[in-house]
Amino acid sequence: MIQVVCIKQVADSETRVKIGADGKSLDPSGVTWILNPYDEFAVEQALRVKEKLGAGEVIAVSLGGAGVQATLRNVLAMGADRAIHLKTNSPADPLQAARALAAAIRDLGAQIVWFGRQAIDDDAAQVGPMTAELLQLPCVTSIASFELEGTTATVERDIEGGREVVEVTLPAALTTDKGLNEPRYASLKGIMAAKKKPIDERPLELGEAGLEVVSLALPAARSAGRIVGQGTAAVPELLRVLREEARVL
Amino acid sequence: MARFSGVDFYEIDSLLSEEERQIRDHVRGWVEDRYLPLVERAYEEAYFPAEVIPEIAEMGLLGATLPEKYGCAGVNALAYGLAMQELERGDSGLRSFASVQGSLAMYPIYAYGSEAQRMKWLPRMAKGELVGCFGLTEPDFGSNPAGMITRAERKVGGYVLNGAKMWITNGTIADLAIVWAKLRDEDTGRDDIHGFILEKGMKGFSAPEQKRKHSLRASVTSELILQDVVVPEENLLPDAVGLKGPLGCLSQARFGIAFGVVGSAMACFHAAAEYSKSRVQFGRPIGGFQLVQERLADMLTQITQAQLLCVQLGRLKERGTVRTEQISLAKRNNCEMALEVAREARDVLGANGITAEYPVMRHMCNLESVKTYEGTHNIHTLVLGEAITGIAAYR
Repeated sequence: MIQVVCIKQVADSETRVKIGADGKSLDPSGVTWILNPYDEFAVEQALRVKEKLGAGEVIAVSLGGAGVQATLRNVLAMGADRAIHLKTNSPADPLQAARALAAAIRDLGAQIVWFGRQAIDDDAAQVGPMTAELLQLPCVTSIASFELEGTTATVERDIEGGREVVEVTLPAALTTDKGLNEPRYASLKGIMAAKKKPIDERPLELGEAGLEVVSLALPAARSAGRIVGQGTAAVPELLRVLREEARVL
Repeated sequence: MARFSGVDFYEIDSLLSEEERQIRDHVRGWVEDRYLPLVERAYEEAYFPAEVIPEIAEMGLLGATLPEKYGCAGVNALAYGLAMQELERGDSGLRSFASVQGSLAMYPIYAYGSEAQRMKWLPRMAKGELVGCFGLTEPDFGSNPAGMITRAERKVGGYVLNGAKMWITNGTIADLAIVWAKLRDEDTGRDDIHGFILEKGMKGFSAPEQKRKHSLRASVTSELILQDVVVPEENLLPDAVGLKGPLGCLSQARFGIAFGVVGSAMACFHAAAEYSKSRVQFGRPIGGFQLVQERLADMLTQITQAQLLCVQLGRLKERGTVRTEQISLAKRNNCEMALEVAREARDVLGANGITAEYPVMRHMCNLESVKTYEGTHNIHTLVLGEAITGIAAYR
């Protein structure tokens, strides 16, 4: 079975990001780049499916600048068989990304196209469903469990106050949520083997953008707290402040 | 405290291959996520958290430089060293486990064993199914291993071993022990040191744990007691005769230590630097005071020097030209460096430095052992002295 995993390289959540001089993009200097954590679940699940079937191919696909290859290499080290790098230095909006991915995936004959439920940088959660739509595949988002029986996958989704069980016939697109699995650590052998696995580099011309990021801003610095008094004597004043000034009561 | 992201003041990463960096970063990530949450309790309650064995085996960290044919990862020396650095950033006990398994138990089977012995033991040891240990040091023979009293006598179909070993990492949890013992050569009448594979459960072989340590508490240290232990012929390592057998293993292990302690030093430096930025006294972070800045500057300088030493040591080993005295220099220098960094870091942290809230005191106590084991600081001084003058002071 051929499976495709679409991955995104994102800034490590531990990185203190700075906004670039243009006021609408991140300053890439000093940023540590990682595989989007939600995508790790997608990679892991694809590898588990392949291991269980004992055969097949897992292809990782990503778009972005040259630096993306380090993250693709990590996915190859985890066990993916090959990678496709859609090379562009321009930022892509979700639909542009989905179109590029759909065009790259269409002829691969994938039975499952995996995505993380969202990227932790822009939190758009759009690329998975949009790519599925462009490929005319059924799509189940935010899956928290996965069972495969022949060409039918049974998946569970966490929904408000409960769990939804969905059956989907392959080929399908699935986006993965936390809790689906515990992603593996690449082994030393895997890292060595990854060096020899092919990354197919394809120049990418992005179509017209539908969205424009107008500006980025860091959250406002929190203002200092105020001590209204001490001990039980301060309670009436605290209640008054919460009610009248903060208006939270 | 901010997540640890390495110490690289001199763009040392640019001296490493992408693969070497990736291996280091993966091991770092594993230590951060899986090992650090376990270590403080293990240290306090004095046990080795054995649940990590399958995980480090799965990553390929046991016998990592040995060939793939034996189920090992076959990585180069520098990648291996960097992995040891990251393990020891967790705890010296964790790196010790990996060092002993790989360099002191798997390596002698690989280097001095028969092909049958390699195929029998190495794949299961790489998987972590079998744990090994290394018995050279004795209660009365530490720096002078040639004086050992443990002895093997020939008998039909094998040997009978008697003696005792001490300070044996992994001893009590080991399934096999590489034990070095004197055996009389029937032709020359001379005693030669040979290596034997002893298996858990052999009659007369026991490995009681040495308790009440103030150092390496998250690691198992044991005695090996040998009373008329019958060892079959097939458990003799055929290709090691004399002290160069065990010393060859120690060179492997010391190489890993030279890298490992840089990890301990980095952990302490990171803790001190972060603490100095958040701890406020006299109205400003203590990192704003000159005395603290000098300490941090010294730590960073020493770590950077040690890192560069390691990179070149790794390259020499890959080339196959490394000399034992070069390994001695790195082991000696880096252990002393790490110990100094740990002590300075403890001082920067003030009273907080002695608590289990920070890794500093744990590393500091561990490093006192690491300075002494696998060739004491003093013995490595004498190795260098001999290399410089041509005169051996200890023989």
